[in-house]
Amino acid sequence: MSTAVESPTNEPSFYARKGIASWLLTTDHKRIAILYLSSMMTFFLVGMTLGAFMRLEHLTMGPTIMKPTSYNALFTLHGVIMIFLFVIPGLAASFGNFFLPIMIGARDVAFPRINLLSWYLFMSGALIALSSLFTGSGPPDTGWSFYVPYSVRTGTNVTMAVLGAFTIGFSSILTGLNFITTIHRLRAKGMNWMRMPLFPWALYATSWVQVLATPILGITLLLVVLERVFHLGIFDPSIGGDPILYQHLFWTYSHPAVYIMILPAMGAISEIIPTFAHRTIFGYKAIVISSMGIAALGSLVWAHHMFTSGLSDFAIVIFSLLTFLVAIPSAIKVFNWVATLYKGSVELRPPMVYALAFIFLFSIGGLTGLFQGALAINVHVHDTYFIVGHFHYVMFGGTGFAFFAALHYWYPKMFGRMYNERAAIMAFVPIFVGFNLLYFTFLVLGLQGMPRRYYDHLPRFHAGHIWATVGSWILVTGLLLMVGNLVRGLFRKTTIPANPWGGVTLEWTVPSPPPTENFAVLPVITEPPYTFNPVAKESA
Amino acid sequence: MSVSAQPLVAEHGGEHRDYGGAKLGMWIFVFTELILFGGLFVAYGMYRAMHAHEFHKASGELNLTLGVINTVVLLTSSLSMVLSIVAIRLQRKRQSMIFLACTMLLGAVFLVNKFFEWKAKFHHGLYPGSEHLMARPPGERLFFGLYFGMTGLHGLHVTIGVVVMSVMMVFLARDRIRHDDFIKLENTGLYWHLVDVIWIFLLPLFYLAA
Repeated sequence: MSTAVESPTNEPSFYARKGIASWLLTTDHKRIAILYLSSMMTFFLVGMTLGAFMRLEHLTMGPTIMKPTSYNALFTLHGVIMIFLFVIPGLAASFGNFFLPIMIGARDVAFPRINLLSWYLFMSGALIALSSLFTGSGPPDTGWSFYVPYSVRTGTNVTMAVLGAFTIGFSSILTGLNFITTIHRLRAKGMNWMRMPLFPWALYATSWVQVLATPILGITLLLVVLERVFHLGIFDPSIGGDPILYQHLFWTYSHPAVYIMILPAMGAISEIIPTFAHRTIFGYKAIVISSMGIAALGSLVWAHHMFTSGLSDFAIVIFSLLTFLVAIPSAIKVFNWVATLYKGSVELRPPMVYALAFIFLFSIGGLTGLFQGALAINVHVHDTYFIVGHFHYVMFGGTGFAFFAALHYWYPKMFGRMYNERAAIMAFVPIFVGFNLLYFTFLVLGLQGMPRRYYDHLPRFHAGHIWATVGSWILVTGLLLMVGNLVRGLFRKTTIPANPWGGVTLEWTVPSPPPTENFAVLPVITEPPYTFNPVAKESA
Repeated sequence: MSVSAQPLVAEHGGEHRDYGGAKLGMWIFVFTELILFGGLFVAYGMYRAMHAHEFHKASGELNLTLGVINTVVLLTSSLSMVLSIVAIRLQRKRQSMIFLACTMLLGAVFLVNKFFEWKAKFHHGLYPGSEHLMARPPGERLFFGLYFGMTGLHGLHVTIGVVVMSVMMVFLARDRIRHDDFIKLENTGLYWHLVDVIWIFLLPLFYLAA
């Protein structure tokens, strides 16, 4: 896509500078990305462990390894960690930070120092939230959604957890603001909007959602704190406030947040599929428009989390309709990815395998979402394991698998090292099998009526719970194998060519790992992205 | 094939300067602030619709005179902020610093007024969670809850503004803000006008609702 041919430079890689300070005070977007990536992976492993303990609790009926109150704390922390510390920063803060500037042909983001600040805010938010474990009167037990009035009345340390989430929200806003400005101001010469690769496009859509929705979460969480400390009364029915207002404000952010989590994932998949199909992406413009469409429509559907809260019939019909509409742009993407594979020379290497699993699992997640958009079914499955299964298919099967796909895809570029490809595939198998055993069972259990967030279950759900728990063991085994393989790869000294997969976006024109300034000479873009062969070049 | 290209922004010795970008970033930040307050405005609108009469009654207990004085103070401070930016563009560093000091002073006056206003309310037992307030109907409790929440958050923004301006003062003194590089001061101005605009909405919603 670029006419600039990178001559092999002797510029040292961005890892060249040594010492703790060179990392903690860096303004290099690539180093900040590595900081994000390593902290997020750590949080992911913590969240995964908590989740595994929850499954273990359900292995037998009655108390297995913990008390009901511990279970409440566990699902709250699992949710808070996975959502605020893993999937919300997600692919944007890690791979977005690393590759957005490179893919649009820039030397860094628009505000490098604000970029570092946002990592510090993220880490302080994480520390504040995790400090709720050891301070006050115990970890919060409200669920990650902090619903009032319980979150105002519970004696547990909700205040710290909420302040932590508030701080992380601030970090998210700064990242979004930075990316929007970067994309508007720093694209390389010749890279007009329709020549921008799809991952930056997805980040652009995500950033707008981050910027426009996160402040609502900020004010909502701030009000919960004010409510707890000063008894303001806005949400507290005993003073005159309305808890439903909390739900509206909370989901006004937290539904768009779902798209903050999934849009960059979709962007990464749109990069990986053409590279391993060796074929230009099908329907580039449709994918671009659907990204922006998801961002816009996704901001209008929040009340579908509240169908059973007593909204007017008129309101829920509108929100149900809007919810169905969001499925259209998501489906457009899925069709385009599948169409890209058609007549491509598909190469099943680890990133591609994860990407294909993403399409499969995300489709199940998306379609089960439509079940719940239907008003009558929603009443039946509300607050059951069906919901839990659904959002794990979207968040973990979707964002999680896309994260792993991106990790395997960009790993050689980021680290200048290579993992063992066979081991990566061998780790994938238990992850995929365990995942489906665990969460498909959840879908079934939910339809049978198993309510979520209970630490115990009735005898008729017992078999399902055993299946799911066994699934969780297989899944965790696979995840540990995957992480082990990736970590081991870091210590295997090899030389990685600039373009190990045959990709055509700009990051594959620079050395692996890239030098600090990314490009010796800033590229000039003369073609649309994903131009793989002469035929595509002519028709483009 | 390799073509050297100029980026959209000028680079001086590795440090890139992009006024358009910096301003764009600040405008986006200003939007996020508006949305932050937007949540509270939604709450206000909803509760006022539910308790119109009680809001009307409670509003009468606020000190309109102090409210109007504070409005004048804040509007004047926006003027001096603009004058400070104009002065530095005309290379009048001393004048710019004086105007910026005026802005900070007016911001402080606003906070002092606010302090006395709040103090009087506390004196009368009109604060969230007080026995006196809990004895009143729900609409009045919500009115004062919102009053303290929204003016409190606004006051916090004024405080942050004054702190930021004191940093700008140092930058001005050390020539880090100059006639050809004043984006920091201009962005501070944008932030300060936002604080001003939000107050323009708070005044009628709380003081003039009676």
